[in-house]
Amino acid sequence: MQIDFSHKQSAHCENGVVSNLMRHRGFEVSEPMVFGIGSGLLFSYLPFLKVNHAPVFTYRVMPGIIFNRFAKRVGVKIKREKFKDPKVAKMRLDENLAKNNPVGLQVGVYHLPYFPEEYRFHFNAHNMVVYGQENGTYLISDPVMETVTTISDTDLEKVRFAKGAFAPKGHMYYPISFPEKLNLEKAIVKGIKQTCKDMTAPIPLVGVKAIYWVAKNIRKWPKKLGTKKANHYLGQIVRMQEEIGTGGGGFRYIYAAFLQEAAKILNNEKLKELSKEMTEIGDQWRDFALEASRIYKNRSAQTDAYNKVADQLEAISQREAVFFKKLKKAI
Amino acid sequence: MKQKEVPQDKSNLESLNFRELCYAVDENGEYTTENSTGWDPKTIALDNAIKDIEERTALAKQKVLNDETSPVEYYMELHKMDLGILASYVGLWQWRVKRHFKPAVFNKLNNSTLQKYADVFDISIDELKHIENRPCK
Repeated sequence: MQIDFSHKQSAHCENGVVSNLMRHRGFEVSEPMVFGIGSGLLFSYLPFLKVNHAPVFTYRVMPGIIFNRFAKRVGVKIKREKFKDPKVAKMRLDENLAKNNPVGLQVGVYHLPYFPEEYRFHFNAHNMVVYGQENGTYLISDPVMETVTTISDTDLEKVRFAKGAFAPKGHMYYPISFPEKLNLEKAIVKGIKQTCKDMTAPIPLVGVKAIYWVAKNIRKWPKKLGTKKANHYLGQIVRMQEEIGTGGGGFRYIYAAFLQEAAKILNNEKLKELSKEMTEIGDQWRDFALEASRIYKNRSAQTDAYNKVADQLEAISQREAVFFKKLKKAI
Repeated sequence: MKQKEVPQDKSNLESLNFRELCYAVDENGEYTTENSTGWDPKTIALDNAIKDIEERTALAKQKVLNDETSPVEYYMELHKMDLGILASYVGLWQWRVKRHFKPAVFNKLNNSTLQKYADVFDISIDELKHIENRPCK
């Protein structure tokens, strides 16, 4: 059996699943709109937590938060289920498919057969939609893929019950009730306000202060960690910023697209200007990545080169600090 | 980023017909999306990360052959895991898994514990015990 489901590729999996599930129910909401209303944009640096033997850098909020905030702000109710028993998880999934209800699933990437080998790390917060089943093969709309794909029932069980940080535990979710008309205006304002607050928070772990903190640390890396580790850390920043899912520039371009769309809906010329500035900030992040790649490509650890990328990050931090103050005033 | 500037560099994704979506502005300054085959700065970062894992795996293998650690550590690195991830897959405390890295402790493990590891790594107990001909990547 197969549900008539329209697949549209997105940059990021969570936005994409939300956008595609909403379209299925007759509400056209773009990926940037989901991301902006859900206040997805962030920067965070957690040096005491290690992933792939390097500190955690993230350009977005924690998994699941975008959908929760989006749903709350536009008045959609979501049902979420987690399972201990894989058999029950499969049964509940099949029940929903039989009722013509496509569902979102949280899965681990490591055992995902259609993903390129190089991208299969133990990352457990990937999202996809299941829209049908034929003889033990599930039909999958994975938002980061260009087209729909399939997965066997044994592989699906593996990815739904991946272990480690953010273990999905079979997590399945779908919207259950909708407002008559989506009230985007209020939701956009709320989303922007929260992002401004998060990005300018007075603690060093998140926002522009965290960017500044990373810059400060980068200067010390070559001496403190040695060439190899310093380059590995730098590579981790670039990967988190540009790897599949960010749409380029650590989500800054998606956010600029959101501001442009919001400017039209709210009839606010200032947001249009700010969208342009966010694009320039995204370009600055790309320049930083390019410069950083020159360091780890040559496997060099000249302190000068590290200072140069640190300078770039500091400039970004200062610019974003001013930017989010302006954005707050603009709405 | 302008739509025309969305990088189309060679990457290992291209051969798999896997192009990701980027956001960029068109000639009129309007936001649109464009598929990208890859971008060198991140391809290099990913290649380096994979080389790092291969080096860790090769080192672990050598340590097993020198009888300094057990095959559990080798397979953990081969599967891109760390202690926390492996412990949650086998359902044991981290300190117990770490203890199983000791060759003397590993050699005394009973079959049911060995089977747990073998299942996680998708191999037989025999393959778990003998890694001489196993790959490093």
